[in-house]
Amino acid sequence: MNHWILSLLIWLPIVGAVPVLIARNSRAMRWIALAFSVATFVASLFMLPMFNADSAAMQLVEMHHWIPALDVNYALGVDGIAVALILLTTVVGPLVIIGAWEVIKDKAHQYMACMLVLEGLLIGLFATTDALLFYVFFEAILIPMFILIGVWGGPRRLYATMKFFIYTFLGSICFLIGLLYLHSISGTFDMATLAATDLTMTQQSWLFFAFLIAFAIKVPMVPVHTWLPDAHVEAPTGGSVWLAAVMLKVGTYGFLRFSLPIVPDASERFVWLMITLSLIPVVYIGYVALVQKDMKKLVAYSSVAHMAFVTLGLFIAFLLVRDAQNLDAAKLGIQGAMVQMISHGFVSGAMFSCIGVMYDRLHTREISAYGGLVKVMPWFAFFMVLFAMANCGLPGTSGFVGEFMVILASFSANPWIALVAAFTLIIGAAYTLYLIKRIIWGDVTSDKVAAMKDINFREAIVLTVFGLFVLAIGIWPEPLIHLMGASVSHLVDQIATTKV
Amino acid sequence: MLSWNDILVLLPEIYLVVAICILLLLDAWLKPSQRNITHWLAIAITVVTGLLCIFGQPDGAAYAFGGMFVRDGTSEIIKIFGLLAIGLIFVFARPYLRERKLHIGEFYSLMLFAALGLMILASAGNLIVVYLGLEMLALASYTLVAMNRDSPLSSEAAIKYFVLSALASGMLLYGMSMVYGATGTLDLSQLAAAAQHVDMPNVLKFGVIFLIVGVAFELGAAPFHMWLPDVYDGSPTPITTMIASVSKLGAFALAYRLLSAFGTEGLLTDQWQLMLAVVAALSLVIGNLVAIVQTNIKRMLGYSTIAHMGFLLLGFVAARDGHGYSAAMFYAVCYALMSTAAFGVLLALSRKGFECDKISDLKGLNKRAPWMAFLMLLAMFSLAGVPPFWGFYAKVLVLQAAIDANMLWLAIVGIVMAIIGLWYYLHVIWVMYFEEPEESVELAPQKDHTLRWVLSINGLALLGVGIYGWGPLLSWCRAAIGV
Repeated sequence: MNHWILSLLIWLPIVGAVPVLIARNSRAMRWIALAFSVATFVASLFMLPMFNADSAAMQLVEMHHWIPALDVNYALGVDGIAVALILLTTVVGPLVIIGAWEVIKDKAHQYMACMLVLEGLLIGLFATTDALLFYVFFEAILIPMFILIGVWGGPRRLYATMKFFIYTFLGSICFLIGLLYLHSISGTFDMATLAATDLTMTQQSWLFFAFLIAFAIKVPMVPVHTWLPDAHVEAPTGGSVWLAAVMLKVGTYGFLRFSLPIVPDASERFVWLMITLSLIPVVYIGYVALVQKDMKKLVAYSSVAHMAFVTLGLFIAFLLVRDAQNLDAAKLGIQGAMVQMISHGFVSGAMFSCIGVMYDRLHTREISAYGGLVKVMPWFAFFMVLFAMANCGLPGTSGFVGEFMVILASFSANPWIALVAAFTLIIGAAYTLYLIKRIIWGDVTSDKVAAMKDINFREAIVLTVFGLFVLAIGIWPEPLIHLMGASVSHLVDQIATTKV
Repeated sequence: MLSWNDILVLLPEIYLVVAICILLLLDAWLKPSQRNITHWLAIAITVVTGLLCIFGQPDGAAYAFGGMFVRDGTSEIIKIFGLLAIGLIFVFARPYLRERKLHIGEFYSLMLFAALGLMILASAGNLIVVYLGLEMLALASYTLVAMNRDSPLSSEAAIKYFVLSALASGMLLYGMSMVYGATGTLDLSQLAAAAQHVDMPNVLKFGVIFLIVGVAFELGAAPFHMWLPDVYDGSPTPITTMIASVSKLGAFALAYRLLSAFGTEGLLTDQWQLMLAVVAALSLVIGNLVAIVQTNIKRMLGYSTIAHMGFLLLGFVAARDGHGYSAAMFYAVCYALMSTAAFGVLLALSRKGFECDKISDLKGLNKRAPWMAFLMLLAMFSLAGVPPFWGFYAKVLVLQAAIDANMLWLAIVGIVMAIIGLWYYLHVIWVMYFEEPEESVELAPQKDHTLRWVLSINGLALLGVGIYGWGPLLSWCRAAIGV
């Protein structure tokens, strides 16, 4: 039986881009855009009761033959992991549209249409179970993002957007070669079948590196992270929010769907490479973030550091499963990685929204231009400090849960890894609090700052929604963990089974 | 003797010849102001010929004149898409030609003759017929390139094209004579068997080398690509479109008819595939690298053609079991329609006294003509091979064929070059979307409604085929090749 809810989620925002583009009146256009993104969110809520979190199977399956000659299917289906990420996407969707409401004046139709198309493509990426279809979404996301940065970006937007596009295209085309190679071995693009295909160690190693290049660039991991600060700095607020909140998760989601189940033995073989690549940014990028003068750059670097926790949590599982046979800890690590992904989506999205609020008023991202905002914008200061605390990983906020779980899991594997990873709690707090100290606290530095108005109703909605999710996951993460529990156990089983 | 069966098999070609002659005569009696009659008649002829191709198609292969002329699935696809491209060019070219006083009846008859050449080439079952079709296509093309006779650039391009192309035809003919000398047959269907036991294998190999040179020249593959950018640049834009679409389909047909005749196995096949692998790699590298520095968009697309022909050749290189040929055919069809879309936008933007041929002419197009900018964006992303556009699947199929044939190194060359090639396609998009329009350049698309609609359909097809239609097309191509 074919469900239709996932197709609806994918196509609703994409189709919505058409009336947005042709609407004459820009006021009506905004409401249409909002209506479509809210409708997508509501549809994703309807998806929840249909989904059974106790099963690891792909659910709400929809399948149509697309290209029978190559066994490519329009195959959709979700497990707990995908549902969580789809929900993240549908929540962020309306928020970026509200966030850009009056801010984008130039070619606003195209901006809103880009937002909607991007949302649909991201949902499609999380909802597909066919590798080629996944690749199509994976690449197609680049197009609206390329245009977002290029058209509405800052002064160095050309450099940033070309770097972004070519960097990620380079990665994804390696992924494509890997997929075609897999197809020539197994004759299918179905991800579940690929996960069950036996591969030799040599084959797995080649595939592992093809996947690694693709997803490491997307996450981004050190040393291929340099496109991210540029893209973030130049992107308009909405672009930054999408980039940080959802697009970075595409990389770790790729690891989770391809590297872990399809090439588990090669992943185990290179597990120390992955752990090293994850631990370097935790320390090094933290220090880099500390010296930034540009707010967006600082948060961008902090994203790199936080995403490193996700890759750490995913790959630490190999140490636990294969060496220590500790399946529970492995599950904890992967769950921690997942919670960290969702949490970082909300926290970084909120941080970039806050920066957007400040930028709209003063048109600069220089940290030194601000100071003493708590005196002129008390409500804004409240939200900013809340998200900053979440960014440091303060208990009670969502940032804490994921990091804690990953550190706990790595402790079972190797206390030294846990020690280095725990460094982030100090460095993360250092650069975030230092940012807050300079922007929020202290004296009002200039007349311009003194003239800044506090957040309006529209901005308050965006920040409140983000804030509620950050606190909800921080205080009561159980529903989220339960949602993903069965799928994560299934993944750990896949990791534990050798394919050689 | 001409039998009833021969006539039926050749019906589209016979109809086209008769119709062109009538059109040519009729046009002589028309006043210049009545040229639109010729225009619509030419389109009608194209459509009817296309319908005759589709509806008269036999289930398997049909032969006429004792195997000289073959009507099979491959020829059908090439003919249909060739005629489609010709029809599109007729629609796109009319305002452009009219504003430049080039709207003459000869344009239509020569274009249709080129289509006839393509059709004969696509159906060739014999080396002589291959040559006949090729020359018919080429002669029409030389004349069309020189159509704007007052332009020195155009004349230069025509002379260059003619001289080099004549040289290449000479080589091709020389190669054919050697193949004939070695195997004793001109019939393509018997070539593979005859090549198995040849007394003078070196003569045969030599002949094949010359055939490869001829094929590479027609495709515009490096190192035989020198003519291509100049001809692209010098020709009036509608003719450039024709060379980029119809001639490339013709070049595919030439390559397919000649090379597949040697069978998919054997030493000889290994050798021509290796030669083509080198040609493909060179084309990919030269085409993509040189395109980056171009400022003229027609030249840029010329170099991009060279790169695309490199990709198309990947399909031939990997043609172990026919999947490679079907991938190459898919690529040829896709490339033809991507070219018509890209050049179609240039044609729509060129006005009287303003030739839209520099990349900088497109500056800020999104402000002046957002829909045209969007269509160009579709064409560029498709040419660059970004999913979900049609061009992406064409690349996937040839790369897959190369990987299946254990030509991983060539696939990697292709991939690296695709990434480098990304730059100049994105550059066009960046100029259109991210830069401000120049005051001095008047960018307003033609008001011609037929042009706008047809161009929109052509552009959106690049997306539509990518989302849905490529599966049926692939099955069609595979069925035609017989995989």
